[in-house]
Amino acid sequence: MFDALTDRLGLAFRRISAKGKLTPADVEAGLREVRLALLEADVHFRVARDFIERVRARAVGEEVLGSLSPGQQVVTIVHEELVRLLGGETRRLTYEPRPPTVVMLVGLQGSGKTTTAMKVALLARRDGHQPLAVAADLHRPAAIEQLEQLGRSQDVPVVRPAERPPAGSDLAAATVAVCRAGIAEAAARGADVVVVDTAGRLQLDQAMLQELDQVRSAIPVHHALLVVDAMTGQEAITVAAAFKERAAVTAVVLTKLDGDARGGAALSMRAATGLPILYCGTGERPQDLEPFHPDRMARRILGMGDVLTLAERAQEQVDRTTQQAVEERMLAGRLTLDDFVAQLRQLRRMGSMESVLGLLPGGRQLVRGGAAELPDDRQLRRMEAIVLSMTPEERRRPEIVDASRRRRIATGSGSTPADVSRLLRGFAQLQGLMRGLGGAGGRRGLAQRFLQGGLPGLPPGALRG
Amino acid sequence: MGVAAPDPAATGGWRRRLSAQLERATGAFGGQVRSRLLVWQRLDDDFYETLLEILISADTGQPLAEAIVDDLRQRAVRAGANRPEQGLALLRDALLGQMRDRARGLDLDGLPAVVLAVGVNGAGKTTTVAKLAHQLRASGRTPLIAAADTYRAAAIEQLQVWAERAQVPVVAHRPGADPGAVVFDSLAAAQARGCSPVLVDTAGRLHTRQPLMAELAKIVRVIGRQLPGEPREVLIVLDATTGTNAVAQARSFQEWVGITGAVVTKLDGTARAGYVLRVEGELRVPVKLVGVGEGIDDLGPFDPETYLTALLRGPVADPAG
Repeated sequence: MFDALTDRLGLAFRRISAKGKLTPADVEAGLREVRLALLEADVHFRVARDFIERVRARAVGEEVLGSLSPGQQVVTIVHEELVRLLGGETRRLTYEPRPPTVVMLVGLQGSGKTTTAMKVALLARRDGHQPLAVAADLHRPAAIEQLEQLGRSQDVPVVRPAERPPAGSDLAAATVAVCRAGIAEAAARGADVVVVDTAGRLQLDQAMLQELDQVRSAIPVHHALLVVDAMTGQEAITVAAAFKERAAVTAVVLTKLDGDARGGAALSMRAATGLPILYCGTGERPQDLEPFHPDRMARRILGMGDVLTLAERAQEQVDRTTQQAVEERMLAGRLTLDDFVAQLRQLRRMGSMESVLGLLPGGRQLVRGGAAELPDDRQLRRMEAIVLSMTPEERRRPEIVDASRRRRIATGSGSTPADVSRLLRGFAQLQGLMRGLGGAGGRRGLAQRFLQGGLPGLPPGALRG
Repeated sequence: MGVAAPDPAATGGWRRRLSAQLERATGAFGGQVRSRLLVWQRLDDDFYETLLEILISADTGQPLAEAIVDDLRQRAVRAGANRPEQGLALLRDALLGQMRDRARGLDLDGLPAVVLAVGVNGAGKTTTVAKLAHQLRASGRTPLIAAADTYRAAAIEQLQVWAERAQVPVVAHRPGADPGAVVFDSLAAAQARGCSPVLVDTAGRLHTRQPLMAELAKIVRVIGRQLPGEPREVLIVLDATTGTNAVAQARSFQEWVGITGAVVTKLDGTARAGYVLRVEGELRVPVKLVGVGEGIDDLGPFDPETYLTALLRGPVADPAG
């Protein structure tokens, strides 16, 4: 995310950094690049203009011109101002001392409210709470079913209207009823976080406001989160301002940040309305919601990578005990195909390969340049299927797999004998790599890299199914 | 909606509605709103600066906005124009000249013809497919909908509710089924029942997700193998509130599956979808349909004139003021 902006700023500052000293003209040229980059990232033009003013005010002073590495100094200023613009500190949802905490999601159509509702519920559970979701979008066809199905797959209780309100009936009354039912159900079940999914509109209109008001008068709403698509353009500022002013929104959740959206919407909304950005959606899976870290985001913008997020993700997803056992066998040069599968699963749990690599410094260029040929989720699944179609004996001693066994494994896993050979060859290479490394330190380092980040330890072709 | 050959009378009515919807969004009901450009007395720097802001705030992107302004400055000098009205007219003519003469009708001549709706999550594919099905049916065709979004929870149910309203048959499999198989069965069903066109609703996918884009390319191959020459129409659905990222979306889908047109949805908000100029100019992809409301009739042909009028009027309320 933000990668195009990163590229542009990188270019602008390489130019500045190349010279020893900055003249006011240098600063202007650099700032023009920054401004263009911000506009291209869909930052609202007034926000971009103000941002440039602040950076100029700091950069043209002696602070930069007298310093040892002026280019770096400008990067620092831009970084600091970006952090400031993005809201400074990371925020978390605060949970009420007296449950339940009620979180209402509002936003325009297609911004991702329903998906985000389940994601917020799951995040609350990760925070140690008992979430419950309320399907209060009675407008969009099947929005109720969507939330219900998500709830079923994630084991989050979902409260829905007893029956579908007939067309033309008073939807607002039914909305209020289901919200009340949600609160009652939460009390009965001991759920302490209630997430309410509401109906989206094409724009913030009177009907929507009335509906939201009625919900508020019926149940206590502690947080009203505005769900905004990260790909939103100049409009973001209008949307955020309207929702803040008229719907008493308290914070923003940014969705679809896993694309190449440059995220100017985040910068604009925060700067223009002061609304904090609470979370960001980083993938299609229900657990793909992360706290929004202004500092990390700014580092990302400046091409410094986001190693912290990656480390956190690895920690969250990797099963400690399995990892230790695997690591030991790996160090002893006795990695088995079972371990291999376990690793594949952990890789998959960490998110898509692109998103994992994107968090590493320079990782974006790697992905975009096609330098790293990544196995996609489907290939990982296929590889897993191949290993699972092998007998325990074959997994322990892959060398016994001959042509006939290969055919059987291929049939069992829905792949071809060539796929099976390729996987076994890759695995053999990996084992060789482990053994071939001298010195315990080097080996441990590599093992850890493989276990945590996954890819760097593998030969490029090894993982391709 | 005369999809293949627009009916002039119907188009006139639609244009009025489109125009009304776009004006409603700017807070001006029915009346003619003066462009913000006309507050200036002469074609001076103030005028051009306002134009630049109007374009950028409509999501054309800075480079195109600057190019348009530079171009207009030269045209104005050549034409000896110095009043804002003249400038606005020159600008409209120039932009209209580029947008005219594009084939904006849907090609539905196949038996069955196949129309594929693609795009990122939340753009409005399902709704667009349903509205299109409704209108095609009203115009005497026999559309069939393929529920090929087997990924998003309840996407199939959503489509079924819409299809019931539109009274159009749907071919659906279970959630999680192979979308290629859904499409295969839909085409077979359409052939057996003599239905055409087949409208395929695909799962939303971010244009940067390679595996998902490859899956879409496979769906297109499945269609082509079964019905050579199809899909005739691959429509990318774009959200009007999207910024310049819409161009990246269109470019990526263009590269992966070769789109034949765009549908701009949610155009009745205050967003002006300025990226349309780039999708048409840079990618040579014509906008064929626009969605301007939540009703099943709120989808119709794209009309460059109405669109440009709204685009150049500029935002009425600006909270960043």
